Amino acid sequence: MQTLGRLKESPSQTAGPYVHIGCVPNFSGIPGVYPEDLGTSLCTKDAKGTHITVKGTVYDGTGTALKDALIEVWQADANGIYSAGDPRGPADPNFTGWGRSPGDYDTGEWVFDTVKPGRVPMHDGRLMAPHISLWVVARGINLGLQTRMYFPDEEAANAEDPILARIEHKNRVPTLIAKAEGDGIYRFDIRLQGDDETIFFDV
Amino acid sequence: MNSPMAHNRPPEGGSLFPRDREWHPPAYFEQYKTSIARSPKRAPISFPSTLSEETGPVFTTDILGPLDNDLILNFGEPGEMAIGQRIIVHGRVLDQDGRGQPGLLVEFWQANAGGRYRHKKEGYMAPLDPNFGGCGRTITDSDGRYVFRTVKPGPYPWPNRVNDWRPAHIHFSVFGRAWGQRLITQMYFEGDPLIWTCPIVDTIPDRAAIEQLIAPLDLDATIPMDSRAYKFDIVIRGRRGTWFENRKEGV
Ligand SMILES: [Fe+2]
Repeated sequence: MQTLGRLKESPSQTAGPYVHIGCVPNFSGIPGVYPEDLGTSLCTKDAKGTHITVKGTVYDGTGTALKDALIEVWQADANGIYSAGDPRGPADPNFTGWGRSPGDYDTGEWVFDTVKPGRVPMHDGRLMAPHISLWVVARGINLGLQTRMYFPDEEAANAEDPILARIEHKNRVPTLIAKAEGDGIYRFDIRLQGDDETIFFDV
Repeated sequence: MNSPMAHNRPPEGGSLFPRDREWHPPAYFEQYKTSIARSPKRAPISFPSTLSEETGPVFTTDILGPLDNDLILNFGEPGEMAIGQRIIVHGRVLDQDGRGQPGLLVEFWQANAGGRYRHKKEGYMAPLDPNFGGCGRTITDSDGRYVFRTVKPGPYPWPNRVNDWRPAHIHFSVFGRAWGQRLITQMYFEGDPLIWTCPIVDTIPDRAAIEQLIAPLDLDATIPMDSRAYKFDIVIRGRRGTWFENRKEGV
């Protein structure tokens, strides 16, 4: 029999305590190697759509905030188009939709200024609700964690979102819904463990 | 804005191959103590990739400075060099079908030759090297190749069990074209006995998977009288073809 000959993905290893050296060196006290850290903004002020702020904190199973994590986000523009790789493009030229944050040095809270994403279709045409994809790495996390943030003011769209619909334990769905704090600010805290453990995705 | 405007480009493939989670370390690993309170306990929810996972940020070479892939020089004072064993690390980023992946951002970071990181929270007594920062980056070429120059990092002790030492290693962050290909891993060096004592290495269940992270000495790529070379290929998740995908039934 022939073999498939396919390679195995390189196994993950933890990002470790010093991921900031590699990914946000200016933040971590290594200035001058790069002019600036990547991913500090997702869009310019000219980007179309509703400008919002998304913030949150990552907590471990004891309720302690992580201060050594790295958070990355990826989202569609206000029309639901991704800025790269999207066959329906082009996206808003003032928008990349990718952000990276080490969180605040003292509190661990991360903040992204962006625009509210539009709805993106599944391959079968069903629309997903507006969402932001997040990826969390840190010391003690052996494989980067994938999750999504949905919006509390999108109840109708959330109700027909095919991904949320897959979740058997409906009482866990609220872990994926941000909390509105007014003035376009949304809070999305991530809990790695515990009764209100955030839903993570294998995707 | 300071991140590169991503390009609108045709999709390079369809759905992502499912990740073999048994090849990766489990979230919880008792001997790596920090993982105990940072490991989700519930099963992750699986679903076939969507555009949200099949697209991803693109980086172009205009973000790169000429010394970004030279850790011997990129933090040093003019005319000064980092101290340590001079090495070149090179390899390719491949997908699971073995195809070189062009245009991908690869970032790397490491301790200095004495095993010390340049970081406020680092307490090891080994000295900082005033001419070594410890970070670098590059973008793969049309064949998926990357290369950088650095000094070989030292092993270092870390607070876990009483006497745990990390083997010499370099951390890698890789972007695919797809958000679902995002990967952070570490490269180890051929012949390092500490590899087989390290609980972080040991989080990987399969010895063959660990071997995939050990870079062999590459004498052919060594520059005589200058730098030894190590070769380290990185494999990111593959994708199916799109021939029978991305179309609605009946269309
Ligand atoms: Fe390290």
